[in-house]
Amino acid sequence: MSKTRFFDEMNGYGDEPRALYARVAEWLLRTPPEVLATRRAQAELMFRRVGITFAVYGGNDDTERLIPFDIIPRIVGHREWSKLEEGLIQRVTALNVFLSDIYGAREILKAGILPPDIIYKNPYFRPEMSGRRVPHDVWVHIAGIDLVRTGEGEFFVLEDNARTPSGVSYMLENREVMMRLMPDLFSSYRIAPVDNYADALLAALRSVTPATARGEPTVALLTPGQYNSAYYEHSFLADRLGIELVEGNDLFVKDEIVYMKTTEGPKRVDVLYRRVDDEWLDPLAFRPDSALGVPGLMNAYQAGNITITNAVGTGVSDDKAIYSYMPEIVRFYTGEEAKLSNVQTWRCREPDAYKYVREHLDELVVKEVNGSGGYGMLVGPHASRADIDEFARKLDYDPANYIAQPTLALSTCPAFIDDAVVPRHVDLRPFILTGSEGSRVVPGGLTRVAMREGSLVVNSSQGGGTKDTWVIEDTNLDSKGA
Amino acid sequence: MRIRIRHISTYSYASPARSVMQVLRLTPRNHEGQHVINWRIEVDANCLLKRSEDAFGNIVHTFSANGPLMELTVSAEGEVETFDTSGFVRNTVERFPPGLYLRESPLAIADDALCDYAATISGDSPLEKMHNLLDTLHEKLEFDTDPTHLVTNASEAFAAKKAVAQDFAHIFIACARDQNVPARYVSGHILTTESGETRQSAHAWAEAYIRDYGWIGFDPAYGICPQETHVRVACALDYLGAAPVRGAQTGGSGEALDVRISVTDSQNQ
Repeated sequence: MSKTRFFDEMNGYGDEPRALYARVAEWLLRTPPEVLATRRAQAELMFRRVGITFAVYGGNDDTERLIPFDIIPRIVGHREWSKLEEGLIQRVTALNVFLSDIYGAREILKAGILPPDIIYKNPYFRPEMSGRRVPHDVWVHIAGIDLVRTGEGEFFVLEDNARTPSGVSYMLENREVMMRLMPDLFSSYRIAPVDNYADALLAALRSVTPATARGEPTVALLTPGQYNSAYYEHSFLADRLGIELVEGNDLFVKDEIVYMKTTEGPKRVDVLYRRVDDEWLDPLAFRPDSALGVPGLMNAYQAGNITITNAVGTGVSDDKAIYSYMPEIVRFYTGEEAKLSNVQTWRCREPDAYKYVREHLDELVVKEVNGSGGYGMLVGPHASRADIDEFARKLDYDPANYIAQPTLALSTCPAFIDDAVVPRHVDLRPFILTGSEGSRVVPGGLTRVAMREGSLVVNSSQGGGTKDTWVIEDTNLDSKGA
Repeated sequence: MRIRIRHISTYSYASPARSVMQVLRLTPRNHEGQHVINWRIEVDANCLLKRSEDAFGNIVHTFSANGPLMELTVSAEGEVETFDTSGFVRNTVERFPPGLYLRESPLAIADDALCDYAATISGDSPLEKMHNLLDTLHEKLEFDTDPTHLVTNASEAFAAKKAVAQDFAHIFIACARDQNVPARYVSGHILTTESGETRQSAHAWAEAYIRDYGWIGFDPAYGICPQETHVRVACALDYLGAAPVRGAQTGGSGEALDVRISVTDSQNQ
């Protein structure tokens, strides 16, 4: 594979650094590898000290580990960012109306825009939410939308995460580490701050307090507990937001009101930022064997006495088959064309698409419609014959369960691997917050890096790393093509 | 037929319960095959009994009672007039199109054995297939009428060749959905004629949606379509969504539950 096939965020298609990256390029030139290695070791020490680890499911050795951190920042220009921001807000706005609709009047099904079974047979569609409204009609309070870049000004949405998107703690911690490790490089740019994320999130959560709440809204973060892979993030966010971190058995419901047990007696909870999946939330409504939830929570929710964020049932919009309809969904609800492009997607539920995919497995990326975390997918160009054959059997068994996309020429960004600066593929997950007053995007996000040479899989569960993402406020550094 | 139903559940605790919360689906609604003459729900604890409707259109009562409770009785009773509709289920409250009921639900998943079995069911039309499924299932599995036996899931019950009414319904539903026929779970009561004495179990059966006909009831435990002996109470994707009682409690050990159900023909008493 030739190296020039990919757009490099620092060097574009050539060897000249783009204006945005000029200072990073200079810094890399004058900094010897030993110093970079030292910085990397210091960064790792800082992460270890704060305890930012995550658990890999199915791992048999040490299950808690650090996500690799790369010390070279990823930079997004002011104008590029403004366009992304508009597109992200448009997309999240459409997702919220979409969820109100499919759990309400189902106009989009009546209009024939979506095949009904894509909703009704979706495991994350919650029939229990049908006919219900949620406070302030906000369903997706926190969205993480994964973007990839393929060229100057060319961004695509890879997937929508509207369930309980994680990773924001890395966005915040990465920034703190960078500011401490590289103050000079950092101050050579005007970088949009991300540390107001906690305030923005708390404001969004408070804004959606139910109408029946009295006084200052009480917000709590519900975690499945310390064995969850994202527990660090849960405790980190509760701490930054200044809200209680609770587990199911710290809460109880009495006469359709949710209370938190405190040393001063029960305290009403108005907004529950839950990081527990739908089916574990309430053993009286969903899985009866759930010890992670709160009996009666759904009754309180349906009575309008608590706001659950994200709302119950938002996972249906993460479905990759529904993703493929996002351009139509955006058009249907906003009357506008989608400002952010989708990646071309073949829905294997459609016979022609299935036939095409079947014949081009070695070129395509094939994913389960409800898969996440990089599990259950085939990256055709990197797969062995045996892997492809095995995947083909799964695909043949249930074509509707798969979509396929072209193998994108994902942009690369310089990364410091071992003792050299080398290009590695990256994506970007910005976080979009929605409250009663609309949506906002904290400038930046989580850049994920495929640490292995040539790899396109950035998921942390598959060995991906992260880096700090700088949104630059100086407009004079914007490239002309963007 | 006029049917009188009394469904009394008494919970007693060796050490007192601090609180008990329950979600009840014990109240029948009207449709073409039944008319509810009167119905009431009572809980003998100091609590608010809240009535609502779930997403499937079932009537739900919810309460949370604070203890200490040594004993708690929940009773549902009333009278229903029923009519034979040859299995057709019309004028029910419908909140979803039939397509929803093709959805997989945890207790009614067709594993390989059930898919293989479903594929052997013959019939020129979906209706004929469902009738054949009803007949063969009734013959194939032993009907376990012990009400203390718990509901399992479709594949476990099928493998065990022995099923309570709820299991029969789940197996039927799993096979129907596998054959692309929308199907759902119904919980209710049945008047059994054996010596006119009460059979102490709530009953369950299935309904399948057949194009041009609509929803039709199938009671695989008895191998019949529901008749005027059947009182339909709640429907959902599977037992979990239609269960007469779902509850949670804090404290209280040594719970003993005594359920007394009497279903009687109130005209011929």
